[in-house]
Amino acid sequence: MRIVCPFCGERELGEFTCLGDAKPVRPAAGASADEVFDYVYLRDNVAGETSEHWYHGGGCRAWLKITRNTLTHEISSVEPAAGVGAAKVGA
Amino acid sequence: MKYSIFSLARAAFSGHKTWQRTWRDASPRDRYDVVIIGGGGHGLATAWFLASEYGIRNVAVLEKGWIGSGNAGRNTTIIRSNYGLPGNSGFYELSMKLWERMEQDLNYNTMVSQRGVINLYHSDAQRDAYARRGNTMRINGIDAELLDLAAVRKMMPFLNFDNARFPVQGGLLQRRGGTARHDAVVWGYAHAASALGVDVIQNCEVTGFVRDANGKVTGVETSRGKIGAGKVGMAVAGSSSRVAAMAGLRLPIESHVLQAFVSEAIKPLIPGVMTFGAGHFYVSQSDKGGLVFGGDIDGYNSYAQRGNMPVMEDVCEGGMALMPMIGRVRLLRQWGGIMDMSMDGSPIIDKTPVDGLYLNAGWCYGGFKATPGSGLVFAHLLARDAPHEEAARFRLDRFRRGAMIDEKGVGAQPNLH
Amino acid sequence: MVSLAQTHRLESGGLIDRSAPLNFSFDGKIFAGFQGDTLASALIANGVKLVGRSFKYHRPRGILTAGSEEPNALVELRSGARREPNTKATTAELYDGLEAASQNRWPSLRHDLMAVNQLFAPIFVAGFYYKTFMWPAKFWEAIYEPAIRRAAGLGRAAGVADPDHYDKAWAHCDVLIAGSGPAGLAAALAAGRIGARVILCEEDFVLGGRLLADGGTIDSMPAAEWISRTLAELAALPDVRIMTRTTLFGVYDGGTYGAIEQVNDHLPSPPQHQVRQRLWRIVAKRSIVAAGAIERPIVFTGNDTPGVMMASAMRTYVARYAAAPARRVALFTNNADGWRTVETALGAGLQIAAVVDARPDVSSEHRALATKAGFPVLNGSVVGVEGGKDGVRKIAVSLIGGARAEVEADGLAVSGGWNPAVGLTSYHRGRPKWQDDISAFVPDSAPPGMMAAGAANGAYGLGACLRQGFAAGAAAAQSAGRAGNPGTAPVGDDETFSLTPLWHVAGKGKAFVDYQHDVTASDIELAQREGFESVEHLKRYTTLGMATDQGKTSNVAGLAIMAAVSAKSIPETGTTIYRPPYVPVAIGAFAGHHRDENFHATRLTPSHHWAAEQGAVFVDTGLWKRAQWYPRSGEKDWLESVTREVKAVRGGVGFCDVSTLGKIDVHGPDAGAFLDRVYINTFSSLAVGKARYGLMLREDGMVYDDGTTSRLAEDHYFLTTTTAKAGPVMQHLEFCRQVLFPELDAQLTSVSDQWAQFSIAGPKTRDLLREIVDPAEDLSNEGFPFMGAREVALRGGIKARLFRISFSGEMAFEISVPARYGDALVRNLMLAGKQFGVTPYGTEALGVMRIEKGHVAGPELNGTTTAADLGLAKMMSTKKDFVGRVMAGREALVAADRQVVVGIKPTDKTRRLRSGAHVIPKGEIPGPDNDLGYVTSVCFSPTLDQWIGLALVERGRERIGEIVHAHDPLRGEDYDVELCNPVFYDPDGGRQRG
Repeated sequence: MRIVCPFCGERELGEFTCLGDAKPVRPAAGASADEVFDYVYLRDNVAGETSEHWYHGGGCRAWLKITRNTLTHEISSVEPAAGVGAAKVGA
Repeated sequence: MKYSIFSLARAAFSGHKTWQRTWRDASPRDRYDVVIIGGGGHGLATAWFLASEYGIRNVAVLEKGWIGSGNAGRNTTIIRSNYGLPGNSGFYELSMKLWERMEQDLNYNTMVSQRGVINLYHSDAQRDAYARRGNTMRINGIDAELLDLAAVRKMMPFLNFDNARFPVQGGLLQRRGGTARHDAVVWGYAHAASALGVDVIQNCEVTGFVRDANGKVTGVETSRGKIGAGKVGMAVAGSSSRVAAMAGLRLPIESHVLQAFVSEAIKPLIPGVMTFGAGHFYVSQSDKGGLVFGGDIDGYNSYAQRGNMPVMEDVCEGGMALMPMIGRVRLLRQWGGIMDMSMDGSPIIDKTPVDGLYLNAGWCYGGFKATPGSGLVFAHLLARDAPHEEAARFRLDRFRRGAMIDEKGVGAQPNLH
Repeated sequence: MVSLAQTHRLESGGLIDRSAPLNFSFDGKIFAGFQGDTLASALIANGVKLVGRSFKYHRPRGILTAGSEEPNALVELRSGARREPNTKATTAELYDGLEAASQNRWPSLRHDLMAVNQLFAPIFVAGFYYKTFMWPAKFWEAIYEPAIRRAAGLGRAAGVADPDHYDKAWAHCDVLIAGSGPAGLAAALAAGRIGARVILCEEDFVLGGRLLADGGTIDSMPAAEWISRTLAELAALPDVRIMTRTTLFGVYDGGTYGAIEQVNDHLPSPPQHQVRQRLWRIVAKRSIVAAGAIERPIVFTGNDTPGVMMASAMRTYVARYAAAPARRVALFTNNADGWRTVETALGAGLQIAAVVDARPDVSSEHRALATKAGFPVLNGSVVGVEGGKDGVRKIAVSLIGGARAEVEADGLAVSGGWNPAVGLTSYHRGRPKWQDDISAFVPDSAPPGMMAAGAANGAYGLGACLRQGFAAGAAAAQSAGRAGNPGTAPVGDDETFSLTPLWHVAGKGKAFVDYQHDVTASDIELAQREGFESVEHLKRYTTLGMATDQGKTSNVAGLAIMAAVSAKSIPETGTTIYRPPYVPVAIGAFAGHHRDENFHATRLTPSHHWAAEQGAVFVDTGLWKRAQWYPRSGEKDWLESVTREVKAVRGGVGFCDVSTLGKIDVHGPDAGAFLDRVYINTFSSLAVGKARYGLMLREDGMVYDDGTTSRLAEDHYFLTTTTAKAGPVMQHLEFCRQVLFPELDAQLTSVSDQWAQFSIAGPKTRDLLREIVDPAEDLSNEGFPFMGAREVALRGGIKARLFRISFSGEMAFEISVPARYGDALVRNLMLAGKQFGVTPYGTEALGVMRIEKGHVAGPELNGTTTAADLGLAKMMSTKKDFVGRVMAGREALVAADRQVVVGIKPTDKTRRLRSGAHVIPKGEIPGPDNDLGYVTSVCFSPTLDQWIGLALVERGRERIGEIVHAHDPLRGEDYDVELCNPVFYDPDGGRQRG
């Protein structure tokens, strides 16, 4: 796979690490154990297009949100994960 | 016809025209007591144990393609019971004992070959971890030996002892470990189960579940029509999430690709199964002569049944680091299987929250060695509605309770197991 | 023996260099050949017919093909450490001094006793081994399997380390082309003229593909001339790279291709400092598979007799290598293309014995040719071959209508048609489709960006190959974003391809489908009878197509026969999944330089060179080399050295390089709030100038890592991780910062490599530091209290960070200086510390002191322990959210019977402890139900003068004082230990605070 990092350009798969499904959102403080359990343990495990978190550890260390097809490995979009590099800068 | 050297010799006179199908080519009937989804090793073993141990013969095994077309036919054929945690130790040893009698049980030579499995260690910390594991094995009545450097050198003089980046210091050896002929396991169970009346139905893809008003599963929809069932068991590792989703279930499982490789056939070069402790590489040599080897999963979710070059290179680097004599041996084929990677690296064998639906899943990359054990305990669960004592920890709710069986200690991240 | 006659070399012709004679040996016999030969062509030129033995029956085999599809002619090439088993003689380039040996035979190729297997052939049918060798059970490992293993396999691997080097490289292009036949060259022309960056890979050492043997006319000139003109034009184009001896073997995701370049395999050994082979990872926007087609055999009785050869291979040997596989050639074909062999053979002055053509009609031109040359055309099929080790003598023919004929010939050329090389187009699990007019599978879909052209796409005429290749080259260049003028396409003749499908001629006797694996037509029938009808079952049951030729000559014939016996069509029967690599590739090439000491990188600490000068013993810790202990002359073992180091620290002062810890700067107004979310304890309340021990969990509630974090400024924290987790923690924290808590204004910077860090410990630490640190800095207990942390100036003005933290339990500091000063610092510490007896200590002494102090480390932080298991439950804040908080509360994680950290000491003070021993209640027989836990860390404590350890034991804290049993069957040890408080040394902590 080749991943077009929004910060570094097109790079080889070996520079990146996949964490997994980007859909589950970490429940806010005070959430129930069931909600946290769902977040930590349960997966849709989609066969087809899905969004995932990938880490560009061999490059800029950005966390990316990548839309990828698990049947074909085709990547349709790469974007910074929420708030990357911009947390309150200048705010 | 019973298989033996005598029946072979007799058949030879007729030019082998007298052989029957290894398993009956069954068409689906309207209803079975138990329908098992998945004609891999686990599904077929389950059917055979249902018929032979639990007296339930009105059983169908539904396979969407040809039997053994999933991970049963794509693994690296290793059998072992060298686990370190309660739950795993007992279960895999149960499985190992069943391997040891498989050929006689099934009247099929599955080439169970106990040539030994050695996990090499390269540091004091790794030795200590293997000592812990080996002692667990011994306490559970499983054979294990901790070898020092001299013993490893004697057994495998061809390893790189001279200029290795991470020199071998010793190894944890299970002599009863080894390999088996993976396809033959599938065919052997199909053969024996079919002989007891089990219908092995190929090219029959499950497309949905039939549920009654209470939500209980009473059958399956398939590409060959509706089939009624008293109970439905899923043994579809690689596709567990997809099949479970048809029943509205989400599982603590991700699908990942694991690649495997085989070299050209060469004369006997290495004795048993070896795993490199300082990289991702394990290897054995098949009876045909090919080095069968693999390493880590690719690390991304995939249903593509093929991987990429970084892992292929990583695996070969491990191989060359461990035994640089294989440099000129050629890699002949590479392939990939879909691993049911669970959230703690251990399997799930349990009833599901859906009445009538039973789950056998989450084998990560360890499913092959579990085949007979998995068949027996899943048959037990289906027959008795209660877990077999050796599978009592493989419950689906263990994640909710916090009773994970995490051999690697990496937590709820499937691609690290 | 020496035979330099080259009895079967033709007088003239060929692309060999007759001015460059080469000598080589086969099975010890010396022969001569020429530069430009392959081993196979040179053997043929010397009249050698028998070159190998088959896998199962050990049948004598000759050379079947002239390419990488060869199933029979496999040899052990080279000798000693460079011995390469299973090397195809058909692709091995001849060099002077080449050594080759036949394989899988004993004692010799001509007299192979293993051929006795043929006597058992009636029993040794497909899958016979699944039906026998089961009784008695123990005999499998003892008797049957060793015999099978010895008999199986082909060549012998060297068995010693490969002395050669391999390289890995990347290349990028617009258009990647596989194959240099007419389609490939035309594609390169079009793409190159348009201005695309082109890479063309050719597995052969000469460019031209089939043109080299079959010739033809292109743009009104002979093919050879067109090739040289084309190559000249391509060479003049700015961005066209042509790589010979390079095989494109696989296609991976994102337009990444794998190719293997045989850089120096055509030489006896690689020149000094050069590699044997190079693995290419080629990234291409578009690719064109112009890999041609592979001629397929017809399955008939005796088809494996040496001297039976593919018709196209025979042409190649005659035309390209001027080597005559036979003097009197018969041809068996089912298509017009096979007749080319007749023309080539006649042109070289060979005799044609007969043409056996399975088609009902033969073209009038061919009839006229037969009449002119005076050989019979027999419409029918070959049904038998008389001959043996020394080749074909006679063939039996069954004519259409039933009559029989016999033909005397010493060679039989066979053509069953052609199969496009669909491998590359099918490696993403795409299935090829059946094309009726050529009775072959052609590419249907292909991986993204790939297309097939020419014979690989089912276009068999020269003109069509040129047109398709050219069009593909232009289209690929344009879709890769290049705009230019491709000019005009080369023009060649359009031959017609006429074929009557014929896969198998039924008859008595063995008819081979897969030559190498000895799979016969009747094996396929047997497989069908037993229910192995799926092509994948067929393959697995009979081993069809699993040999080193990967079924290139056998797969389609095999499934055609299966289709016939199961009364299905060939497309209904389908193909097996195609799997890379296209040709077998040396494992060494995939590893490249990553072997031996260079398997992984080596990281050296800032004090490494100094430590090496001291004679330190180093240990691998991840990628790091760390000083494990510093032996002194006269010390008899490691224990004596480590004991001395510990005593020196506890009694005076010592230092240890701890630079391998992960170090992360956390900046920003929300830095404290951020740390509160990732640690179980609170950091926002930490005062500036203070350090605090922190513990972080994974989201599943298990302990992830620990370390100290210091607050250097209001908005600046400095965090340390364990050595092992330095990378993973950075990744985890970046995830927390970027994904989970983007609202927090905090930034992370990895500074692990920027700081050299040393622990200085012992009661004289302050004395030593005062020699190093600027005298203006207050190091008194009041001025720099326990857990203080701040920047200080060293004598000479260098800024350093000083942390008053202690892992050893002694009065201690950790000092950080920019990494480039690490070496100078350590040398200064030695110099300044001489008066205090300063002692460098290694990781072993570090470990001893941490166990004495009861600190947990890697063996306890094993990913399955909770904070409470480690005795750190109190650190867990109840006032805030943090990663892992909720899941840490699950019932099994807070259960009373968990295994928790305790200390252990043997009741016999002289006894040694070992990690990995299990803990069993005293007096009980060990079993799964009373296995209470295990020993995690042990050391000999010089301070207590006995072995001590830490263990994870069920309800351990409740059991303190209990005598339990340490059970270590692996090492044959059983002994009693007392469970105790894990803090063995200075439990009040007075020493570290003093």
